[in-house]
Amino acid sequence: MFGYYLDLALRSLKRNRMLTALMVVAIALGIGACMTTLTVLHVLSGDPLPGKSARLYYPQIDPQDMDGYQPQNEPPLQVSWTDGMNLLHAKRADNQALMTGGSVPIQPEQSSLEPFYDDARYTTAGFFAMFEVPFLYGRAWSEADDDGSARVAVLSRKLNDKLFGGADSTGRTVRMEDVAFRVVGVIDDWRPNPHFYDLFSARYGGEESVFVPLTTAADLKFGRNGSMDCWGKGSGDNMKTATCTWLQLWVQLDSPAKAAAYKDFLIHYSQEQKAIGNFQRPPNVRLRNLMEWLDYAKVVPSDVRLQVWLALGFLLVCLVNTVGLMLAKFLRRSAELGVRRALGASRRSVFAQLLVEAGTVGLVGGLGGLLLAVAGLWLVRRQPVNYAALAHLDLPMLATTFLLAVGATLLAGLLPAWRACQVTPALQLKSN
Amino acid sequence: MQIKPILAAMRHHKAGTVLIALQIALTLAIVCNALFIIQQRTARVSRPSGVEETDLFVIRSDWADKSDPRRIDAQMQADLIALRQLGSVQEASSTNSFPLRGTGWDNFIKLQPDQVKMTTDAAIFFADERTLAALGTRLVAGRNFTAGEIGAQQPRDALHSAQVIISKALAERLFPQGSALGKTIYVSMGRTPSTVIGITDTLQAHMTGSWANPYAYNAVLIPARLLNDYTYYLVRARPGQLAAAMRDAPKALYAQSRMRIINAKDGVMSFAQVRRRAYERDVGMAILMGIISVVLLAITAAGIVGLTSFWVGQRRKQIGVRRALGATRGDILGHFLTENLLIGIGGVLIGAVLAVGINLWMVAQFEMARLSLAYVVAGVVALLLLGQGAVLAPALRASRVSPVEATRSV
Repeated sequence: MFGYYLDLALRSLKRNRMLTALMVVAIALGIGACMTTLTVLHVLSGDPLPGKSARLYYPQIDPQDMDGYQPQNEPPLQVSWTDGMNLLHAKRADNQALMTGGSVPIQPEQSSLEPFYDDARYTTAGFFAMFEVPFLYGRAWSEADDDGSARVAVLSRKLNDKLFGGADSTGRTVRMEDVAFRVVGVIDDWRPNPHFYDLFSARYGGEESVFVPLTTAADLKFGRNGSMDCWGKGSGDNMKTATCTWLQLWVQLDSPAKAAAYKDFLIHYSQEQKAIGNFQRPPNVRLRNLMEWLDYAKVVPSDVRLQVWLALGFLLVCLVNTVGLMLAKFLRRSAELGVRRALGASRRSVFAQLLVEAGTVGLVGGLGGLLLAVAGLWLVRRQPVNYAALAHLDLPMLATTFLLAVGATLLAGLLPAWRACQVTPALQLKSN
Repeated sequence: MQIKPILAAMRHHKAGTVLIALQIALTLAIVCNALFIIQQRTARVSRPSGVEETDLFVIRSDWADKSDPRRIDAQMQADLIALRQLGSVQEASSTNSFPLRGTGWDNFIKLQPDQVKMTTDAAIFFADERTLAALGTRLVAGRNFTAGEIGAQQPRDALHSAQVIISKALAERLFPQGSALGKTIYVSMGRTPSTVIGITDTLQAHMTGSWANPYAYNAVLIPARLLNDYTYYLVRARPGQLAAAMRDAPKALYAQSRMRIINAKDGVMSFAQVRRRAYERDVGMAILMGIISVVLLAITAAGIVGLTSFWVGQRRKQIGVRRALGATRGDILGHFLTENLLIGIGGVLIGAVLAVGINLWMVAQFEMARLSLAYVVAGVVALLLLGQGAVLAPALRASRVSPVEATRSV
């Protein structure tokens, strides 16, 4: 029966090509716009570490003085060196890392390469295991290296390719800021998006080429990137004693009970610091997990969300348009449908026949929409935004495109098909 | 024109009527808001920077050796001399940032040292006695810095400049009554007051984000060279010699010293490029909104043509009867035009309410301004005209139906 309906649908669609083309184009435009913007949203609001993100938390505490104090305020978005180190060394979580971003001048040994700046991450040993960073060669540095400000570095695969031609470089030397670092590991391609662990230096597309211990970077006064908020005496010359928040602390807590206990620990820590006079404000802590943090930080640009709403509105207009055109098309064939009914077709089968026709329009429109979405994403990739390179269609979005197209058109076909089924066979036969 | 028979005819195809009205309503709502967004973005893009933009360019020099601030200071002064000696260069100055740069240093500005909340926020531009000349920005009151007043400081030193020059907007914000000249303000956490010695004409800050809209024209000029990991040079070429100067300047800097990195991609940028970069997202959004609006209007028009054509086809016999009974072609044309107008009016009424509703929702969601009613009115007129235009072809076809049709197919 389906084959017969399909045949009828194709015949009917061919009969009025302009109307068919108009419906297909409208569906294609609506679906294309929707899929382009939804894909961008999907890519931007994705989980950077699936399977792990629910166990990663971003603690915040409030070490500021009473200047501008208001009870409901959000604590600072980063931590100071003192608090970061205290919380790190307390080791109350299953894993923890303290970090900031920066850029360092790298001086290659080969004379064929000019010195260049590259993005670096200054962090602590826990970073690699906690974020499940894949290693190509070697391994992460140890906590002893952190404590001893060791001159060790972990390179990205890209930098390793550039400096050592992709060979296993563990044990070799890299010079940064005129200091020799021993390479202890090379990581494989690893580029979580959003750049969740440090939204202050880059929100999307952030990628570090070299990792060195935070203590080492601080001792050598490596240049840092990102944001810094100060109060009281401010930063002065020594970042280790500065009353500024400029570091990101991440902890891994494997169960909700542990997360609750860690939050208590943060409150307890704040009280303790207040008791000894380091903090002035009452305890004010936050412990968001990774996805909550991304949500709070509004990591998805508002323009992208606006575009999604716009595209949905656009699709809605296209669908209303299709409903109208389909209504016209189906009602025009009242006579033909009357004959089918008179010859014994039930209302249900006429309804099914019309829905097959609507679905066909949806499928063709969906194909067109897919092509438009591919073109739209190509345009997005040419935009000067930091997430441009990420805008690619993946398999789930591809499936969504077709489901949305066919589903929406079937929905649009419901009313016209129902109306067309209501014709009384006798009346239609008589008028001819 | 009789409305009654038209209304009676509409009652026979309710679904189609409602669909067209709905489509017009949705299109109006979206197009009004899209046009409003376009207007907002273009207004942002076309605001003045207060800088004489032709013949101006910027160079960013990253220091290869950052260990000694005194050496950086000496290098910066030597660089400036080298730049000013170039034949194609009219003026050069060092700074940490400039209008429309996007990122940079902004500080809370206070009027009292122990004030808890800021009075306002402002961009911090480190300047020398030639900065205003390089930018092409005039003073409207007071005097410029003298060469002797220019100091040097590191990024982490507190700002403690005894004299500052501020922008006109900042002056008016801080001292709404009377002149800011000679008054003291606090530009940092510290308790050191700074005296305002000059007020510039319009001067835009580096911040371009929408959060900074209230502070977009607040700038403080600090008389010092900032000894950071990098510096910017603002260079004004002699009239018409921008291309030559942009070619010569990096060469002159490298000839001065090779201990620097000037990024090949964006290390040297004309101010036109700076402006384009600052606003390219806004321009992109405006273009997107424009395309969406045009396509929406086209689809709606096509939908009206399609549905009306169907109605005309359906009613050929009735039209024939009316013509046979003495209705003129004009009457038939008028019938379809009026019918469309009635549906259109219904649609735009709902659409106007929807447009305002969507705008109110966007005000809450996206920190947007309130939609001005002029846009709604313009949208209403545009959609009614669009509807009439779209219905014209099918209506003309209807008017050509011959009275003979009445006698056919009986």
